[in-house]
Amino acid sequence: MTGWLQPHRIVLAGLGLALAVWCALTLRWGWLPEYTPLLLEGLWRTIWLLVVTVVLGMALAIPLGLAQAAGPWYLAQPALWFCTIIRGTPLLLQLWLLYYGLGSLFPQYPWIRQSELWPILRQAWPYAVLALTLSFAGYEGEIMRGAFKGVPRGQLEAAKAMGMPRWTMLRRIWLPQAISRALPTLGGETVLQLKATPLVATITVVDIYAVSNRVRQDTFIVYEPLLLLAVIYMAITGIIVLAFRHLEQRVPTRRA
Amino acid sequence: MQALIDALGLGPTLELLALSPPGWGGNLLRGLVNSIQIALGAFGLGLVIGTLGAYGKLYGGPVLRDLLAIYTTVVRAVPELILILILYYAATDALNKALIGAGFERVQISGFAAGIAVLGIVQGAYATEVLRGAILAVPSGQIEAARAMGMPPLLLARRITLPAMLAFALPGLANLWLIATKDTALLAVVGFGELTLETRQAAGATKHYFTFFIAAGILYLALTLLSTRVFGWIERWARRGEPRIGGAGR
Repeated sequence: MTGWLQPHRIVLAGLGLALAVWCALTLRWGWLPEYTPLLLEGLWRTIWLLVVTVVLGMALAIPLGLAQAAGPWYLAQPALWFCTIIRGTPLLLQLWLLYYGLGSLFPQYPWIRQSELWPILRQAWPYAVLALTLSFAGYEGEIMRGAFKGVPRGQLEAAKAMGMPRWTMLRRIWLPQAISRALPTLGGETVLQLKATPLVATITVVDIYAVSNRVRQDTFIVYEPLLLLAVIYMAITGIIVLAFRHLEQRVPTRRA
Repeated sequence: MQALIDALGLGPTLELLALSPPGWGGNLLRGLVNSIQIALGAFGLGLVIGTLGAYGKLYGGPVLRDLLAIYTTVVRAVPELILILILYYAATDALNKALIGAGFERVQISGFAAGIAVLGIVQGAYATEVLRGAILAVPSGQIEAARAMGMPPLLLARRITLPAMLAFALPGLANLWLIATKDTALLAVVGFGELTLETRQAAGATKHYFTFFIAAGILYLALTLLSTRVFGWIERWARRGEPRIGGAGR
């Protein structure tokens, strides 16, 4: 009776299946066909936000971590303060500060309103991307600091002894090892970032959460859209976890 | 002092943040107190759920362990905002149905109680994992010795397991507390008057967005930094009597 398939698990799975069938049959899903295109659009926007902010945030986190791990004090201190402030205040507050604050500041300057960028700045998504990117960079920068510090000194000294220029050393030795150290936590941070994306609905970005809100307001159906939303987020989380597990296995590590 | 305020042009800002009604400082502080109360309640509830959950995961039967695994996995995979909405609507609805079924009047659940319950359930899932890891880190010889002395399970938990695991659990719990204080901001979305919502109302009414959001940010940051300090002290206290690693001769 070893392994995954034990009698009580079969019973639990049966109960779960019965619950799913009950949900599918008795709850009201009539709104689903009408809103499917909107839902898909929202889903696409959620995933787009997640990917873009994780990539940009990671690009920002590497210099932040490097500055704290090895930089001179005039770089290390600001980086430390940035990470502390981002990690010490709620994301919702940061999001609203940027959206309402910058959003009310920009129209006061005519040259911004006349510039090419204004049609973009007038929309909500740039603020959502900015806030989520900064937030991810703040959390991940702290992790990268530890990862940079965790690379054994001998490796860097060997590279230096071989006469490797500093930039090549960073690119070939330091950064790859730091990233492979940070990979397990990076997966967790990405899941946390996914769970932060619905907040952008509060500043009128139409992600999948905003679509489900609209369904609720249009049809007065409360539970079904939320249940669907929970299932969709769980599915995306599952995909992220599997993807990072796959990635981790591909990075060669020496285990004692 | 007045000269400094004038020189920096801080006068209007201070007027906006004044504690009595023309200024909005009092509202912000009331929001902060609400936030802290909810965070404390949610953290406490999370600790209770987490302790029970950790014991259930470690010593419970196979069914209980699987159910707890489902609980922690689902709560950690679904965004808090959606859990808050589901639990807020579903819990209110279920309670009212039960009350009507039992022949009572409908009740309106206060945002305060609902906020604590919802965030507590979310915190409980994370606390379960933190405490489970901490209990596993207690040397098993100590627990076996207590069992061999015939200590009953509750006494063993109170005297041996819980004090010994505290030092291992504290870093994780400190993190959870910080998450709890920041997650209270999510209750702004369901319309509960905590710090973030009060801030947004003040900012919206006066159109001074930067002033109020930055003021609220400073309040949150102060809370975070203070909490980090306090948890540092508690951890030092919890680690009293532990041998210093690498500190020979000191």
